[in-house]
Amino acid sequence: MTEQAPEAIFEIEHWGCPFSRTEEGKIAQRPFGGAGYPRTCYGTDKTGHYILQTLFEQTIKHDVKTYNEWVVIALVKDADACCGVITLNMHSGEVQAIGANAVIFGTGGSARMYGNTTNALTSTAFGVAIPYWAGVPLKDMEFVQFHPTSLYPSNILMTEGCRGEGGIMVNNKGERFMSKYAPKAMELGPRDIVARGVMTEILEGRGFEESYVHLDLTHLGKDKIMERLPGIREITLDFNGLDPIKEPIPIQPGTHYCMGGIDSSIDGSTPLAGFYAAGECACVSIHGANRLGGNSLLDGVVFGKRAGAAAADYVKDKPKQPRKEALDRTLKKEREMLDRMQKSDGTENPYSLNAELNKLMPLKAGLFRDEKLMSSGLEEIKALKERFKKIRPVAPGSSFNFDKIWTLEIKGNLDVAEALMAGGLARKESRGGHYRTDFDKRDDKNFLKHTIVTYTPEGPKLSYSDVQITKYQPVERKY
Amino acid sequence: MTEFRILRYDPDKDKEPHFQTYTFDSPKGMTVLEGLIYIFENIDSTLAYRSMCRGAVCGSCGMHINGLYNLACRTQIDNLGGKVVLRPLAHLPIIKDLVVDLEPFWEQYKKVQPYLIPKQDPPEKEYLQSEKDRKKLDPWVDCILCAACYGSCPVEATDPEYLGPASLMKALRFIDDSRDGKTKDRLAFVATDFGVFRCHTIFNCQKVCPKTLDPTKAIAKLKMKALFG
Repeated sequence: MTEQAPEAIFEIEHWGCPFSRTEEGKIAQRPFGGAGYPRTCYGTDKTGHYILQTLFEQTIKHDVKTYNEWVVIALVKDADACCGVITLNMHSGEVQAIGANAVIFGTGGSARMYGNTTNALTSTAFGVAIPYWAGVPLKDMEFVQFHPTSLYPSNILMTEGCRGEGGIMVNNKGERFMSKYAPKAMELGPRDIVARGVMTEILEGRGFEESYVHLDLTHLGKDKIMERLPGIREITLDFNGLDPIKEPIPIQPGTHYCMGGIDSSIDGSTPLAGFYAAGECACVSIHGANRLGGNSLLDGVVFGKRAGAAAADYVKDKPKQPRKEALDRTLKKEREMLDRMQKSDGTENPYSLNAELNKLMPLKAGLFRDEKLMSSGLEEIKALKERFKKIRPVAPGSSFNFDKIWTLEIKGNLDVAEALMAGGLARKESRGGHYRTDFDKRDDKNFLKHTIVTYTPEGPKLSYSDVQITKYQPVERKY
Repeated sequence: MTEFRILRYDPDKDKEPHFQTYTFDSPKGMTVLEGLIYIFENIDSTLAYRSMCRGAVCGSCGMHINGLYNLACRTQIDNLGGKVVLRPLAHLPIIKDLVVDLEPFWEQYKKVQPYLIPKQDPPEKEYLQSEKDRKKLDPWVDCILCAACYGSCPVEATDPEYLGPASLMKALRFIDDSRDGKTKDRLAFVATDFGVFRCHTIFNCQKVCPKTLDPTKAIAKLKMKALFG
């Protein structure tokens, strides 16, 4: 990733991405947590927004055909290869099959299994559930990152750039508490350590209103905040009526990123031929058990490019004829499934089930985990899945029937949460984002391996695969 | 009790849009989007509205809220006095309830060639750009394409050919970019009757922009550039 990062970043810059600049006019770089060098290229505090807009601009320039608001609901397989997708066209409500020799998923993360997430409403586990249901394994789902600084109470992300620019965190005693948890790196320690530090302060009564600590930017001064962190100020003004130039920001950890995902290679390929994944929905395992700040956008641009190139190469000598029989068969199956949802005689509200899942995940598979929490969590998810079988009929209507799609998203949340919990329960060690109070040490002898979860109708099936160790030997981290 | 009056339209059965009222208890700090989610999940799952990030960065939930265009996610219910009246964005065909067809908005956007057309072939590394030149882009690059300005613009009501505030600001974003080589063509394209000279300087776009950007100023700047270079 780091080898191909400059090429990928220069390419986006050549497309017009408005990166911030150094005095020499080069792309500016700033320090991020866990890194020993200011290496994160940025555009003010909106790097993701700028990259997204730039990529969208390029789709217009190259007249890329997009199917806006057509939601993929299933993969189509023929023999052992992926040969298309089933989609729900939100505009018309029609369910259709699209044949393709290669399919790439870039569906993002799954943190909406958790209620306290920084992620968009649409970042449910549905994107990884679709291949999971089709037999593609998920990898290392138990590795979930909790971002140390999300705004209280909405959990909107307060970028690590806040601390990169010199922001400090203090508890209700006015102490800069990170000196206890990462005396050298302080606020710029890796995310899991900083997040657990913040949570420990809150749990041990040194937070405010038992819920948050302060992220203080006031000493940075108006000019620096306006220039480097204008987006942060906008959010705190809009959602809390608070100006970070004058007051500290209330923050708590939020569920932020899934290191795990669809089991993918460095070319985005998966165990299912013709099916590729890139970005947060994929698990190349570039982030191991804990992602470093700045690496998620980089993962997206580097591995998105690699997956695209690999898929283009893969389809070169494939026949152009859609595999009609497989497409029709899966289409019929999915239409029947949607039909059953519409005609159900159950009474459960799917959103209540999702709310219960959202509440249990941060408690049972959150920053601090143990056998008791996770096994009771697993039982609770199984019970929710049983109740999901008895949900009330999906709302009628063809056009923009959001009830239909959200119900499927919730089904994905439940199944992937179960896979996550099972994987975490079996990983009897602490590693990165997976921190178990009953096994608080890393155990390379027994667990230097990837958790592989395969879907079965009876529940997740666990197996393990080897970790590829390249240039650096894994050692215990000290900050 | 909070009251939500929502303009509803179901293409399967309605001839005309009509208002429907929902009432529920809204806790302190609840946003209009959270109110919509509450109704959708607990009262009426046929309700259609777009949403995604809930943090005022994706531009999906632009709508008409108590007389002003805004994002539902960044509007506090408490600031509206307990009565919320929601309509979809104007000047765009309604598909269902608060969901409009954004195609006319995208058509205008595409017309301004909204992508960098570089002056020179790419160097081995990045194009150099001074901090000062990069700063010139700050007022224009934060647009989230929510179309609140488009809905608020009365010129759009009478002239569907008008490029509109977001597209014109996008044109300026590239005219002001030291790396772009099409300044002259871009200016010529917007300095027309369906471009900057169609703007009546009514300031609605400036007033409603949820990112506090200033498309009115962008259009004024384009007029100056077109007339005086």
